[in-house]
Amino acid sequence: MSMNTQGRPTAPGNAGESFRPKTFTGNRALDMEEPLIFEFGSLETTGVDLDEDDGIEFELGAFERKADIGLAGLAEPEAMRHYVRLSRNNYAIDSGLYPLGSCTMKHNPRLNEKMARLPGFSDIHPLQPVSSVPGALELIDELAHWLMVSTGTHAVAMSPKAGAHGELCGMMAIKAAHTAAGRDPKIVLVPESAHGTNPATAALLGFKVVSIDAKDDGTVDLATLKNRISEHTDNIAGIMLTNPNTCGLFERDVKEIADLIHDAGGFFYCDGANFNAIVGKARPGDLGVDAMHINLHKTFSTPHGGGGPGSGPVVLSDRLAPYAPLPFIRKSDAGLELVETNAATSEDEQPFGRMTAFHGQMGMYVRALSYMMSHGSDGLKQASEDAVLNANYIRVGLQDLMSLPFGVRPCMHEVLFDDSFLKDSGVTTLDFAKAMIDEGYHPMTMYFPLVVHGAMLIEPTESESRASLDLFVATMRDLVMSAQRGETERFSGAPYLAPRRRLDETGAARKPVLKWTEPEPAQVTPEAAE
Amino acid sequence: MTTYYSKDHEWIAVEGDVATVGITSYAQEQLGDVVFVELPEAGKALSQGDEAAVVESVKAASEVYAPIDGEIVEANDALADEPAKVNEDPEGAAWFLKMKVGNADQLNELMDQAAYKAFVETL
Repeated sequence: MSMNTQGRPTAPGNAGESFRPKTFTGNRALDMEEPLIFEFGSLETTGVDLDEDDGIEFELGAFERKADIGLAGLAEPEAMRHYVRLSRNNYAIDSGLYPLGSCTMKHNPRLNEKMARLPGFSDIHPLQPVSSVPGALELIDELAHWLMVSTGTHAVAMSPKAGAHGELCGMMAIKAAHTAAGRDPKIVLVPESAHGTNPATAALLGFKVVSIDAKDDGTVDLATLKNRISEHTDNIAGIMLTNPNTCGLFERDVKEIADLIHDAGGFFYCDGANFNAIVGKARPGDLGVDAMHINLHKTFSTPHGGGGPGSGPVVLSDRLAPYAPLPFIRKSDAGLELVETNAATSEDEQPFGRMTAFHGQMGMYVRALSYMMSHGSDGLKQASEDAVLNANYIRVGLQDLMSLPFGVRPCMHEVLFDDSFLKDSGVTTLDFAKAMIDEGYHPMTMYFPLVVHGAMLIEPTESESRASLDLFVATMRDLVMSAQRGETERFSGAPYLAPRRRLDETGAARKPVLKWTEPEPAQVTPEAAE
Repeated sequence: MTTYYSKDHEWIAVEGDVATVGITSYAQEQLGDVVFVELPEAGKALSQGDEAAVVESVKAASEVYAPIDGEIVEANDALADEPAKVNEDPEGAAWFLKMKVGNADQLNELMDQAAYKAFVETL
């Protein structure tokens, strides 16, 4: 029998579980205390060997660089470690349930990534001859086809690069249609339950925003809508409605709203951010929508934020189709043709202008179409059904403990709670959200929408399993009961276990530090210098 | 001096034909830490319900509406540099603007302190 004769202990030590050593490095095992790249990189070094620049002739004239650009030089392994360490402090859909309501943080299938990396898509350049990229045009056209079929519309502007950009595009098309008809209406109606970007878009285009109150059930009040329309007869440019709305509720009167707006001479802009709840179930075109953007990064699974650019194609009704911006793809018997300039337009094409330098987010188009084709129309429909089912599973799991502002009724793809269940507990929505971080969850969307007090908007998405939802519900129940038992410490100081504790939001907003500045060299006293 | 209150949580202190407008203590409490205030230029004519100023907290941006018709006489520019004042002294030093009362009848639609207090209790 071989024996442990090297003195290597085989049993755990006897330090108490609560003992936390104060480490020399500041690291806590895998939780690295990572400095800024400027704090450890050197401005004098570079990670690559470059020849001395003798004999290089600068041809930039007045644009020649006048000073160093001040980038820290790092060796490749140092750069790699820096970003990998930072990424470990990041919460991502690939690391856990991400219940940010209104954002739709759904899984990004790896098949999408594989398709987007095909050289025929990833290695093309927007300025190469159009004749050399027929496949790219065909893909854009095919995606446009899927978008039009699923929304019941006949035109789509592909170039907008995000949801709000799409809103701007749709509203510019509406403005162009009014101008073409010799009209100049000034009022855009925006319900309280709409996305915050809606009134911002209307205001940016010079419209006056008139707000429509919500009813007690969280949806648009038709009576107020009618009053506002009659107060502004002949001056209604349109309405911007989010459906399903930001309370996670379907606007059941949508058809009547559309008719009222159309009768008043206005257009119906629908914010399609929540289209993921109704794909395959209802077609916005059938509901009277004239323009709607689609967030490919929500409904069609392309990455959010740092994972990839957004993309917000806008579907348009027949009445708005002529005003779609440049560039666009024209389909004819001769095949697909890219229309880039006003000179190339035909009589019934009156683009209001151009919103982007090139054709949009090609990489996102590939990913979105990959998602659509791998799911098929039945799969897309099921994804919507599962998204709604998952949100309702959470609603039912929590509604006896948390408070539903609009009563017990089915929600769509997200469920909205207010903070009345925390009343007199000394715990706020913000504290509650911070305590979720200690439990390993990204908090839900909070304090939005503004129509309810202390809002908590939870959107699990369809890609969570039942086990995952059960754990989330159980965690939330534990937190609620803890708050109601008066265990305020668990909340008021949270997060306790994150790499950073609670940040000073007020200080960050009042005195933001947006730029790294080199610290002053430490003062050396004469005694220390000796 | 008579002080009135609006349903939008503004206070309006009227002295002669000048009304001083600010947000109530309840409003600043609901907003949380105020981080930004945008004020109108003197001389701007406003109708009741027009956007007069913007107040932004860590939670949300909100508008301050003109509680009555009138022309802006003066704005409290100190708030732009020190928005925290709105949390410290909302119904005193942190007034937002002074306006010339354009339509005194509109004051009658506003609440007095007791009515406002009762109104807040219903929220």
